Amino acid sequence: MESAIIKSKNFSAWFGTNQAVKNVNIEIPKNKVIAVMGPSGCGKTTFLRCVNRMHELTPGAYSKGEMTLNNEDIYGMHPIFVRLKIGMVFQRPNPFPNLSIYDNVIAGYKLNGIKLPKTEKDRIVEYSLTRVALWNEVKDALTKKGSFLSGGQQQRLCIARAVAMEPEVLLFDEPTSALDPISTSTVEELFHELKTNYTLIVVTHNMQQAARVSDRTAFFYMGELVEYDETKKMFTNPRDLRTQNYITGRFS
Amino acid sequence: MDASVKFRIAKSKSMQGLTIVLAFACVLPLIAILGFIIKAGITKINWHFLIHIPKPVGETGGGIANALVGSLIIIVVAAVIAIPIGIMSGIYLAENKKSTLAYWARLSVDILQGVPSIVIGIVAYFWMVKPLGGFSALSGSVALAIMMLPIVVRSTEETLKLLPDSLKEAAYALGMPFHRVILKVIVPCGISGILSGVMLSIARIAGETAPLLFTAFGNPYLSTNITKPMQSLPLLIFNYATSPYNDWHDLAWGASLILLIFVLVLNISTKLITNKWKVQL
Repeated sequence: MESAIIKSKNFSAWFGTNQAVKNVNIEIPKNKVIAVMGPSGCGKTTFLRCVNRMHELTPGAYSKGEMTLNNEDIYGMHPIFVRLKIGMVFQRPNPFPNLSIYDNVIAGYKLNGIKLPKTEKDRIVEYSLTRVALWNEVKDALTKKGSFLSGGQQQRLCIARAVAMEPEVLLFDEPTSALDPISTSTVEELFHELKTNYTLIVVTHNMQQAARVSDRTAFFYMGELVEYDETKKMFTNPRDLRTQNYITGRFS
Repeated sequence: MDASVKFRIAKSKSMQGLTIVLAFACVLPLIAILGFIIKAGITKINWHFLIHIPKPVGETGGGIANALVGSLIIIVVAAVIAIPIGIMSGIYLAENKKSTLAYWARLSVDILQGVPSIVIGIVAYFWMVKPLGGFSALSGSVALAIMMLPIVVRSTEETLKLLPDSLKEAAYALGMPFHRVILKVIVPCGISGILSGVMLSIARIAGETAPLLFTAFGNPYLSTNITKPMQSLPLLIFNYATSPYNDWHDLAWGASLILLIFVLVLNISTKLITNKWKVQL
């Protein structure tokens, strides 16, 4: 495949004795939006959290197999380094409640103790907030706390926080499931905008969302990667019966 | 209306009335104690009382300066010992909920909380006073630090446990190492709870007499040397209230009021700080 940025080979993940991800082989191309969908408990979120090594933070959780970023073994790098290159946005907006909007955007620098000149910080904050279409809404309130914003704004602030670190890949774990429809569509529009610079992997249990935003879709079922193809092809002509059943709503 | 319904309404009303009366009964002892101590102590307190040390029996005047300074030093030293240990242990317990060490640490802290203060005083006597060859303020501080510890540990732990995991995940996802997640995110977000635990623990030990009896011992003169015996407010109250002299009783009343005010101010400012520094999650 042309310029795959993330590849996994025979990748499995466990919670204690419970295997959540089974032998996943996937190649994720650069500068695309990949949707990962499937019913609850199918391992899609676990797989996502394995990409930036958040999975191993859960007590008793471990994984096996190969996962690479630009052909470099992710599990051979220090997790801190991995997470600087692969940003993540969570299901519920989680801005740091003790920090201002401004500090939330540069939290990755500030809290890691990376010193930047004021002009550089200003540039990063304005750039990141502009990228997530939040700058005009908050530019006069940068010193206010992040928790003062609405849910949708908070989620975009969290995306800005990830974008500010200039990662190569952005992971989204059901980023709109806690948002209202208008905020959801704002966030979805961002995906198109962001893929020019980043590769986006979006976990969603919303099929319409997968169809709307992604270039390729991966369908997980019972921990297995059942099907992975161009989104259009998967939704019009799925190869696997399980995929067909899922997208026609026979189970969810 | 049906008689049984009427009866139920009456029953409900009387239960409500009872809760109000009993809630008021809770407030009563504090008001009674405050009123009593203020009445007995307020006339004794003046500037002279605060800046002079006690006079010998028979001479009028004299104050509690030595006890004020002594209490302050003993409490500050105790806090310096107990706060870092307490907060660190609390962080450990909150971060490692299920480890064996956490289980035993939590159990020890809970039991420590129930150890009578006089026992802690005796232990401090055998561990500190005897080996060091004499009573000292430092040994008193150690005894009080042991008493503070459980309160600081448990309040830190409880506060940090209430913080959502999503906060920690946000920090980890930005590539932060463990110590920075703790220092820059977890502790700042829980700071109001940690501080209130610290202040309540100080309020708790400020009036402790028993651990100081065999350790700081007391001193009729002003001393700032922590390796020597030192006066403190509870010791002064204990010694002077049990003496046969009226002048000394007056000093004890005045000192009681000062101690009470100190503890009240600490408690009230804890409430204020908790509200002001609370991080809105």
